[in-house]
Amino acid sequence: MGFLEELRALFPPGRLLTKEAELAPYESDALTAYRKRPLAVVLPERKEEVVEAVRLCYRHGVPFVARGSGTSLSGGSLPVEGGLVIALNRMNRILRLDPKARIAVVEPGVVNLEVSRQAAPFGLYYAPDPSSQPISTIGGNVAFNSGGAHCLKYGMTAGHVLALEVVTPQGEVVRLGGEGLESVGPDLHGFFVGTEGLLGVALEITLRLLPKPEAYHTLLAAYESLEAAGNAVSQVIRSGLLPGAMEIMDRLAIEAAEAAVKAGYPRVEALLIVELEGPKEEVEEEAKLLAQVIKESRALEVRIAQSEAQRQAIWKGRKAAFSAVGRLSPDYIVQDGVVPRSRLGEALKEIGRLSQEYGLRVANVFHAGDGNLHPLVLYDGKKPGELERAEELAGEILKLCVRLGGSLTGEHGIGVEKKEYMPKMFAPEDLLAMERVKEALDSKGLANRGKVLPGHGQGPHLGEVHA
Amino acid sequence: MPEVRANSLEEVREAVRTYPRLRPKGGGSKPALSTPKDGETLLDLSGLRGILEYAPEEFVFTAYAGTPLKEIEETLRAHGQYLPFHPPLVEQGATLGGTVAAGLSGPMRERFGGLRDFILGVRFVDGEGRVVRGGGKVVKNAAGFPFHRLMVGSLGAFGVMVELSFKVFPYPRATRSLKVGFAKAEEALAALEGLRTLPLDLLALDLVPPATLEIRLGGFPESLEKRIQRLQDLLQREGEVLREDEAHWEGVKNLAFLKESPIWVKVPSRPDLIPLLEGLPLGPRRYLAGGELLYAGLDPEGLQALRERAIPHLVLRGKADQPLYPPPPEAFFAPIKRALDPKGRFPLG
Ligand SMILES: Cc1cc2nc3c(=O)[nH]c(=O)nc-3n(C[C@H](O)[C@H](O)[C@H](O)COP(=O)(O)OP(=O)(O)OC[C@H]3O[C@@H](n4cnc5c(N)ncnc54)[C@H](O)[C@@H]3O)c2cc1C
Ligand SMILES: Cc1cc2nc3c(=O)[nH]c(=O)nc-3n(C[C@H](O)[C@H](O)[C@H](O)COP(=O)(O)OP(=O)(O)OC[C@H]3O[C@@H](n4cnc5c(N)ncnc54)[C@H](O)[C@@H]3O)c2cc1C
Repeated sequence: MGFLEELRALFPPGRLLTKEAELAPYESDALTAYRKRPLAVVLPERKEEVVEAVRLCYRHGVPFVARGSGTSLSGGSLPVEGGLVIALNRMNRILRLDPKARIAVVEPGVVNLEVSRQAAPFGLYYAPDPSSQPISTIGGNVAFNSGGAHCLKYGMTAGHVLALEVVTPQGEVVRLGGEGLESVGPDLHGFFVGTEGLLGVALEITLRLLPKPEAYHTLLAAYESLEAAGNAVSQVIRSGLLPGAMEIMDRLAIEAAEAAVKAGYPRVEALLIVELEGPKEEVEEEAKLLAQVIKESRALEVRIAQSEAQRQAIWKGRKAAFSAVGRLSPDYIVQDGVVPRSRLGEALKEIGRLSQEYGLRVANVFHAGDGNLHPLVLYDGKKPGELERAEELAGEILKLCVRLGGSLTGEHGIGVEKKEYMPKMFAPEDLLAMERVKEALDSKGLANRGKVLPGHGQGPHLGEVHA
Repeated sequence: MPEVRANSLEEVREAVRTYPRLRPKGGGSKPALSTPKDGETLLDLSGLRGILEYAPEEFVFTAYAGTPLKEIEETLRAHGQYLPFHPPLVEQGATLGGTVAAGLSGPMRERFGGLRDFILGVRFVDGEGRVVRGGGKVVKNAAGFPFHRLMVGSLGAFGVMVELSFKVFPYPRATRSLKVGFAKAEEALAALEGLRTLPLDLLALDLVPPATLEIRLGGFPESLEKRIQRLQDLLQREGEVLREDEAHWEGVKNLAFLKESPIWVKVPSRPDLIPLLEGLPLGPRRYLAGGELLYAGLDPEGLQALRERAIPHLVLRGKADQPLYPPPPEAFFAPIKRALDPKGRFPLG
């Protein structure tokens, strides 16, 4: 039997898509500049079906891509031309939530925010909070080691995954890790997290839950320059405080947020959000010190949330910032890079210079606590050459991050978008080690072919472009 | 016993290319793991030491793998910072590399997480003598395969670690501890389970069998009194408050309670496993981090009991044919091992 016939034997018609119109929604992820037509899409409902699909791919040598909600911003869930897409959205059950053990065992298609929602009645939550958390899946979060605004204090996804059931690209099912915080032997589940689906498909994920903080203290401070806001962050760190989150937005990002969600932000050059959290007595003391630090930082205006509603109002504009930029420009590229915190000022100055040089606007929204920049490069895809200029500018920003001792990505992954930049950050021997591991686990190179590792598979070609 | 010393990256590469089977040793604080077996050459890394980069404001440092933790802790402390995973055996000379390879955290892992949550990057020499870097030197990074996380608990199976980068945090301004005894083991366990799910931000939460809880708090001196009071109310017990608690926790961290035991083990535990574990013939012991991490002293009978019940564990000191139980899952481990150490020079071959 041919590959498709065997697939038909495994999946009923409604869960095997092969027609052009059915395939269209799966041709790209949130990086819509890249498009590929898969041979077929399957919609498994149980892990056994995923395993069967992977084994079938292995036997026939057909490349496959696992897909969650397709919100990847780096082309991670872009299909392989003529390959299979294994769409996991229907595997969205929380299999077990054990408040005493502080764990949740979930299927990969469970949406991030749903875990916290289900844990809330027990006073628990799932800490990693990517802005995409109302839609992105735990499977996608695991593949990308996703982060959020609270990474400095609580770490990224890897720290919150205790165990994984994985089907390897050759169709073997393995369990990695256990149900507790500690394990013995190599941290294989920790290693799987962040490998972008190149080493297999996560079938079941055991997550660590944390007690929801008792009290929050959320502060918004306005500054006359990005530099002043950046200095305030350094002063907070030097004071010995460890806030749950520290976020900065520049004027353009503020304008976008205002246009989109009317957050009521002051119209200034830079806004800083600082959030403290913990037991109420502790937060009270920390808040006193923070007030003093912010006063010394010569903020133009300071607002402190007096209620949960006011706290949400402060966060609303920040969380909406990416999509809000769509109000200011027909198209934009969301970049993601990291610099050492002490070099944020230098990085922002250089980004400003590059923006002038390329004649393109750049809005800045970033996780200041951990040096994770998210420059948004605005362009108009209908103007000839602008996309190419925007991509070049975005690339310059990445090189800048590496030059300053940082990273190509803090949370959005390498995908197809950044793989050609990998040699800027890694030496040939580093990349060779990754390739050897990939080859040992996936001798036919089927799982997410053409991603992460430079010079592998067919290079992506640009298709239709819009934001 | 054949032995070779490597004091630099080049010497490590040279040793890897020269000797067919190597057993890296940091300082030997976990001799069950660092003592060579037949046919293995001891690779002494205690000369590969020193802090390479440390920027307190970045919360990041990079050091040679053979650096004693004591040196690192002293340097961090001078800047009001610490290793939040609170590694054990510092006083016995444990090194950074040995701690990563064994995958060990201590009591204060309760607050912010264990070793796996704080390791940021590694440079290691693989089985072919190639230098490989994974991760980075910034607190957030998602680029490339995370080889640094692979090293945690690896027992050196994939290569010789040369450099390691870690995230660090500010040390609490002040600390206080509360020691509370219960009449019965079940009561102590129930209290532990209750505290685990509350947002109390405890630095440490230990169960000392049979029925004592030891709790540590960190923060502003002004708030600590109130927080201790709240704990006493929650537990409906006065307990004993320790205002000067540093020396006590240093002792715990260095596993002083295991001192006389011939065999030392780490057991990943969980509160629901504790009743089972308490039924086994284990020696001196303590459940750290809300009951998630057991360090126990054993005699051979205790070790056998763990094996018979198929309870995962790692032997740190004392005689054991197979210090790691169970072996790592073959279908995922073996290909990675083959990729990085095709000739089987390193442990877990
Ligand atoms: C508006 C917006 C805001 C965002 N904000 C953030 C943010 O704050 N922080 C952040 O980190 N990211 C952010 N992202 C990026 C994105 O949401 C994350 O990368 C997310 O984890 C992707 O999840 P997904 O379910 O959409 O995965 P997909 O896009 O479907 O897939 C992502 C990758 O995961 C792989 N994959 C999916 N499921 C599995 C599985 N079960 N096993 C193995 N591999 C699998 C895919 O092959 C692909 O490589 C944002 C994206 C958008 C559009
Ligand atoms: C004051 C003082 C007192 C001491 N008292 C004692 C004592 O009472 N008893 C005693 O036994 N020792 C004692 N020592 C020695 C001390 O234990 C060792 O220096 C120290 O234990 C180093 O061991 P380690 O923790 O680094 O791990 P090790 O035990 O050396 O190694 C643990 C594991 O890690 C692996 N490993 C280590 N480094 C690497 C690496 N870079 N890459 C890959 N794998 C690696 C090993 O192969 C092994 O599997 C003392 C030292 C001092 C200074």
